[in-house]
Amino acid sequence: MSSAKSSLTSMPSDTEAIAEQVFVALTDPTRRAILAALAEGGPATATDLAARLPITRQAIAKHLTLLAEAGLVTAEHGERRRVRHRLRSAPMRVAQQYLAALARDWDGPLDALTDHLDRQLTAAPASRNIGHARDLEDLHDPTIDGVKPARGPAS
Amino acid sequence: MGFPDCIERTVELAHPPARVWGALTTAEGLAAWFGHEVAIDLHPGGSARMSWSDGSTKDMRVERVEKPTVFGFTWQIDGLPDEDPRRTYVEFTLEPVGAGTRLTVVETGFAQLPGDTYRKAYDAHTVGWASELGEIVAHLDAV
Repeated sequence: MSSAKSSLTSMPSDTEAIAEQVFVALTDPTRRAILAALAEGGPATATDLAARLPITRQAIAKHLTLLAEAGLVTAEHGERRRVRHRLRSAPMRVAQQYLAALARDWDGPLDALTDHLDRQLTAAPASRNIGHARDLEDLHDPTIDGVKPARGPAS
Repeated sequence: MGFPDCIERTVELAHPPARVWGALTTAEGLAAWFGHEVAIDLHPGGSARMSWSDGSTKDMRVERVEKPTVFGFTWQIDGLPDEDPRRTYVEFTLEPVGAGTRLTVVETGFAQLPGDTYRKAYDAHTVGWASELGEIVAHLDAV
């Protein structure tokens, strides 16, 4: 594993764009209802959705267009030119990955590690959780006794 | 809005690397601060598993074991289905500092590209209109 660390924003922009489309889609409660109905009941026509949801067919059609442009639904052609709309899960998974990174809590476990090690040695000086990013910190710091204020989460 | 791919933290610990290594790489050590129950086969390619008190589990694969300096493993990504093959990579690095240890953890891989192709807006728009016309036909057919 290389010691060079990539920055937080160096990722392909279409990956970020995909996640953003999901978040934009989910902002609207009507679109949430449409996506939920498709997730729960499987592919459906706009007419089916209008029958199941307290939303006009026109409004559903408008939202389905936005959702299709965002890659969140796709149309499949059925019998008698009935077109059913189907949820696409790939963008959701990209958004889940984005959220996984935000939800990853290393601060909690590292505090627990510090406490665990300190408890093992009752006479040892307490460790400090600094929790800073390497690229913000002078790597050639003096020893632990050269104290900087801790910037990690409150313990 | 940045897509976070790499998370890094550094902790200064007043404990020697050997003790920190034990807390990071043994089942008893990890279960004391990280997982609720842990099993680990500590060699490159070995499997490990951590479970938490809420019932969640993570399957892990040990990647690097360079005692007492580097410990790396891959594990499943939160929120993705169990069968999703994507993994993030976690690497702990231990550096002696005086009588203690500077411990760094780096986790990478959150922004891996999806396997499916992302549909272009043009195609989606075309399909969207075809859908609408289909709905009109169906409506008229039903009359």
